[in-house]
Amino acid sequence: MFCKTNSGQLVGIDGQMIQVEADVSDGLPSFEMVGYLAADVREAKERVQTALRNSGISLRPKRVMVNFSPANERKEGSYFDMAIAIAVLVAYAILPEGPFLKAAFFGELGLDGTIRGVKGILSLVLAAKRRGIARCFVPRANRREASMVEGIESVGVASLEELILILKGNREAEMLAQEGEIGQGERSLAGELDFSEVKGEAVLRRASEIAAAGQHNLLFIGPPGSGKTMVARRIPSILPLLSQEERLEVSQVYSVCGLLNEERPFVYERPFRSPHHSVTLQAMTGGGAVPKPGELSLASKGVLFLDELAEFQRGTLEVLRQPLEEGKIHVARVQGAFVFPADMMLVAATNPCPCGYYPDRNQCICSTRQVKRYLGKISKPLLDRIDIRVEAKPLRYEEAFGQERGESSAQIRARVEKARQRQRERFWGSAISVNGRMRAKDLKRYCQMDAAAERFLQRFFQEQPFHMRSYEKSLKVARTIADLQGEESIREEHIKEAIFYRRAASEYWGGGWL
Amino acid sequence: MSEREREREKIVLFWLMQIEGIGPVKLRQCYEKTGSFACLYNIEEKEAMERKLFSETDWRHLQQAKKHFAEREESYHTLAERGIQFISFLDESYPKRLLFLHDRPAALFVRGKLPSEGASAAIVGARNCSLYGKSFTEYLARKLSEQGIQIVSGLAAGIDGAAHRGALEAGGETFGVLGCGITRCYPDENYPLYEAMLTQGGVISEYAPSVLPLAGNFPARNRIISGLADAILVMEAGERSGALITVEMALEQGKEIFALPGRATDRLSRGCNRLIQNGASILLTGEEVLDYFSLRYQKKLNVYEKNINRLAKPQKMLYSFLDSEPKCLEEIVKKTGMGVSTCVNALLELELQGYIRQTAGLFYRIQSQT
Repeated sequence: MFCKTNSGQLVGIDGQMIQVEADVSDGLPSFEMVGYLAADVREAKERVQTALRNSGISLRPKRVMVNFSPANERKEGSYFDMAIAIAVLVAYAILPEGPFLKAAFFGELGLDGTIRGVKGILSLVLAAKRRGIARCFVPRANRREASMVEGIESVGVASLEELILILKGNREAEMLAQEGEIGQGERSLAGELDFSEVKGEAVLRRASEIAAAGQHNLLFIGPPGSGKTMVARRIPSILPLLSQEERLEVSQVYSVCGLLNEERPFVYERPFRSPHHSVTLQAMTGGGAVPKPGELSLASKGVLFLDELAEFQRGTLEVLRQPLEEGKIHVARVQGAFVFPADMMLVAATNPCPCGYYPDRNQCICSTRQVKRYLGKISKPLLDRIDIRVEAKPLRYEEAFGQERGESSAQIRARVEKARQRQRERFWGSAISVNGRMRAKDLKRYCQMDAAAERFLQRFFQEQPFHMRSYEKSLKVARTIADLQGEESIREEHIKEAIFYRRAASEYWGGGWL
Repeated sequence: MSEREREREKIVLFWLMQIEGIGPVKLRQCYEKTGSFACLYNIEEKEAMERKLFSETDWRHLQQAKKHFAEREESYHTLAERGIQFISFLDESYPKRLLFLHDRPAALFVRGKLPSEGASAAIVGARNCSLYGKSFTEYLARKLSEQGIQIVSGLAAGIDGAAHRGALEAGGETFGVLGCGITRCYPDENYPLYEAMLTQGGVISEYAPSVLPLAGNFPARNRIISGLADAILVMEAGERSGALITVEMALEQGKEIFALPGRATDRLSRGCNRLIQNGASILLTGEEVLDYFSLRYQKKLNVYEKNINRLAKPQKMLYSFLDSEPKCLEEIVKKTGMGVSTCVNALLELELQGYIRQTAGLFYRIQSQT
């Protein structure tokens, strides 16, 4: 008898639906699986047969043929075990045919018949939903994660036996499988990092606020212990809360990387990734024969924090250029080219020199040449893409232990959200939603200046060498500063502040304006 | 001495200068004893020893070097086409100031010009200098240069570079004495200065063009720096700074020393403060140096004030808050109590109008330009 049902696999970070067909017929006993299978899929044959036997089902010797379609796509992963088992059982007529064959099955089998959790369940369930499938069976361990997708019913099963009971119409077993906490849960704010813990640092605060409001990239330069890392870690807390759509997008990446579990089935908060400076190019962009998302994608919609920017390998930094412009990263491998999300905000921190204390000549012992070489590792093109650069300085004793508490993250976030709201309204119907992502062609349309601002720019660029990129970037930041103040047209003071942040620290790279 | 004889002398001198172990003092002694370099090539061992011209090691080196003579001679003839003048103390153009030094260089390699006999001041100081030192040096070099004083320094990073830069900006003549072959620019970040000095002054070295910038060369070239100047201005020097070597040599040569004072605690000012304590003249506005040269600046030099009446209020406030001690933005915001945006706006405007300058994230007042 013939039977077919659905399963799926991961391609990059997206799910791809695969049909699993089984046919049982008379003839020399055999168990064959076809359809361009990788080793991990071919091994499923042994797992499924043993798991069935250990679940109390004996299969008569027959000629069994399992096919995966579309047959020209390579199949990888251990998602198919459950679907193979069910298709075989129905083809043997051990299970009656039923509507469940229209459902999708994702899960790996153990030899004892337990169903094990898999990575990337979110993408698979999403793919099933897109295909119009109404119900899917997932490992119990992945149930909470799967239930985040609305509009498709997901049933979490712990073992093959339990699955068979449910499919035979045992209500009790089904209840059990659907029991337990599902849904989103709320983001818990307790124990999270908050800006109120940061003492002083008015400049870093202001820069962070502007950067967060317009999704601009940010660079902190300063000696050790000047609060660079402390402030950077708190930036996610002033970014607007993730929308449902964004949460799904973020969670998908984490799901594929196997970073979600029962305790944390979903990503509620903005990601904050801080790879060590020894990170390889592949870990940054995503790699492997079949690429897995890298740090860039894990930081998408959140903050990618690169501490000690000058210590990173040059290649690893240069690869940031394209994602910073486009918000995604293209990775080409043997198995094909993949596009991963990389819509993150870059926050970088660096010391000004190898010892960290330049320009304080009473402490710094580096030669001018060493200082130059140290920061010279950060290339100009990358630097160009960092719109806001500020210096940090070490705290004084009074500041560190003073009573004065800074503004809390919630207060700052309220202003940021208001500014983001203005941006959304302005960009309504276009592909962008934040100032940081404006293209050159958008500038004329969205960045209206008043007369004084225009005069200032003219005067400024008459005296200073004019660079188109600097002009554009300053304009974008000025737009955000105006948005933070709730003003429609950009005024002189906004432009000046924007230019200032771009200008700051340029001395480290040989001086000159911008 | 005929032109041909002198040329022959210079070729042999060029060859001698590149022999290991034979330095300026030895060359001078040999010349004084024999009255000619050319005869040293053919001199017999016996005679050389009798007249105590060379030690045994030197004699060996001399004999070994003979096989390179043709090569050296050829390279001597290419000097001119490489734009290098080879000026020995036999030449008219050899600086008079150097002639009387006991360890005067036997010859100088020069690109551009040599300093004239007019007033000339050497500005020396630390390579890893502070912003204060750098900006004051530039200012001072500019002022002196405007008065036609030639500025001599060592084309090193830090103070030296600032001195040359200031002089070049003022359109004056400035001379760099190198510690390596004349075709090299060390450190290479000063290449723009090197290039500019070829037309606005010159670069000078006592080393043959192929010599590398070895650490040992630098103290020796300091005697040329001090030798070419009438007064030595020490801007910033630590306790063991190379600038102090220059001062020592200058004192031997009987030159006037000026030192820029600094705070008692600053590492980079200790050397200078010590010099003042020991009797060096104190540098406050640069007028002291002009006085020394009996020059008068038309206007009174004033390094402190600038007219701030035309500034808007927050700018005025910020300007009076800043001084030549650099402050960082965070500190400015905190101390003035103005918001970050206001501060940033005012600072940018002040910088654009040339009241203050920013270096490596720190803001400080510029010394008055008048």
